Amino acid sequence: MTRRPVFLITVMCFGFAFFYIPILSMIVYSFNESRLATVWGGFSTKWYVSLFSNRQVGAALWLSLKIALVSASIATILGAMAGITLARFRKFRGRTLFSGMVTAPLIMPEVITGISLLIFFTLLANWIGWPGQRGFTTITLAHITFSMVFVTTVVHSRMTQMDRSIEEAAMDLGSRPWQVLRDVTLPVISPALLSGWLLAFTISLDDVVISSFVTGPGATTLPLLIWSKVKLGVTPDINALATLIVALVGICVILAGWLMSRAERRRLAEQRLAYRTNG
Amino acid sequence: MKALASWFHRRGWRELIIGIPYLWLTLFFLIPFLIVVAMSVATRTPTAPPFGYGGENPILNFEGYGRLFTETLYIRAFVTSLMNAAIATLFCLALGYPMALGLTRVSKSWRNILLMLVILPFWTSFLLRVYAWMGLMGRNSWFNSMLTDAWNFVVPQAYTLNSIPMMNTNFAVILVMVYTYLPFMILPLYANLERLDPVLDEAAMDLGSRPFQVFRDVTLPQSIPGIIAGGMLVFIPAAGELVIPSLVGNPSSPMIGRIISDEFAQVRDWPMASTVAVALLILMVGPTMLYARYQQKAESAGAEDKP
Repeated sequence: MTRRPVFLITVMCFGFAFFYIPILSMIVYSFNESRLATVWGGFSTKWYVSLFSNRQVGAALWLSLKIALVSASIATILGAMAGITLARFRKFRGRTLFSGMVTAPLIMPEVITGISLLIFFTLLANWIGWPGQRGFTTITLAHITFSMVFVTTVVHSRMTQMDRSIEEAAMDLGSRPWQVLRDVTLPVISPALLSGWLLAFTISLDDVVISSFVTGPGATTLPLLIWSKVKLGVTPDINALATLIVALVGICVILAGWLMSRAERRRLAEQRLAYRTNG
Repeated sequence: MKALASWFHRRGWRELIIGIPYLWLTLFFLIPFLIVVAMSVATRTPTAPPFGYGGENPILNFEGYGRLFTETLYIRAFVTSLMNAAIATLFCLALGYPMALGLTRVSKSWRNILLMLVILPFWTSFLLRVYAWMGLMGRNSWFNSMLTDAWNFVVPQAYTLNSIPMMNTNFAVILVMVYTYLPFMILPLYANLERLDPVLDEAAMDLGSRPFQVFRDVTLPQSIPGIIAGGMLVFIPAAGELVIPSLVGNPSSPMIGRIISDEFAQVRDWPMASTVAVALLILMVGPTMLYARYQQKAESAGAEDKP
């Protein structure tokens, strides 16, 4: 490929413009003086002020964070167990059903997951009186269920890629199988557990559809609050909220990228040093 | 206590690791799902919860499934959903394929930055990405007036417009679907294209193929698994989408997601909502099987590549 792929570069420029122009426009209009969200009326930060003085937003954010923390943590434990099961336990009764149950939620439309859980919770409340009121608990249970399968996928693929000889070595040295799992496998897959946790956390924080079904009176997560406001049209304080979220995510991603590249550089330097001292 | 410890050492740890997620998924995924399937053949009653079996009603009521084929509301919803999802998938492919191919051609440092830029919108809120387009498509927005000016410049005077009606149309739904699902197309395609051996391209070039012929005869056939994977990752969620059509879609031609949600919450016809849900799932089975087959193929091919 000596020629510059002009066509590909043109499409890429268009594609990235397509990705980022709406976001940039949203950021610019968050500093708009005018109440009419689409007409420019001068620079102002008043929407940020109104956002910070809004109690509802704070409460919704706090609820969302609580649900995301709890559900991501439990989902990581359950998802890791399921991933280990798929990768290491080749034969057990009901394996086909099990692998079906960890794949199906990935492709199940959210609306169907939502109504199935709502019907389930409603019937359960009728039969055994629990859950008495839908809210934090039911949203958390729903989020655990549909985010654990993403953790499973991450853990499973990491375990199929990992070098099994270290597990065999530990086995040869007399470790019991569960000790191998605890002392060898778990440390090796810990990066997958971390990325699985992050994935589950963001999925939970971002969910609207399933939450909207299984929530109850008084339990409004941040996406549900945004959903109820956005349904009525474009409002400037949502622009301000979006800008803050984009800024926060941007900072986190850049920070993570920088930390990762630093770790990589350090690893390479240590490698070189090791070669030099050994050679 | 000792017996418990020895049980744990022998097989208990294994049974727990299998059993706990098994039990969880059975309770919170399989049973709710089976309830929906059973609900789809129940009869709607004015009781609470609003359904029943037997009594003066038939034990298994397939009336709902009949309504799917006779009432225009449902037929139209299915056609609209599948059409919108298919068109969005095609546009994602048309835009995503060159982008993924371009990503494999740029230098390594650029590639990491651009990949991050593809993934970054994922981490911001889905809802806010839809919302960003609501701001752009509105009647008085700079984007709409820019397009209107361009339109008025091109067309004869008789067709000039004050603004382009974009909001609350199927066009808006497709546009926003392409916007939000494009990364799902780019990432599997990129993963697929990146694994291809550039030696094959060079060989074809040496044998006298032009760049387009290389693409058509060498690159494209090898990227079919990536196209299928990306296509399914866009098509399946797009067909069942609820948020996008509710916010920017045409309320008079609802998609299936909206129908399910309305039947359930507004009409309070749980059996009919379940029937529509089951029908949607049945429609999704075909594409999913196709996807799973190619996925398996791709995985086994990947395993062979490794030394």
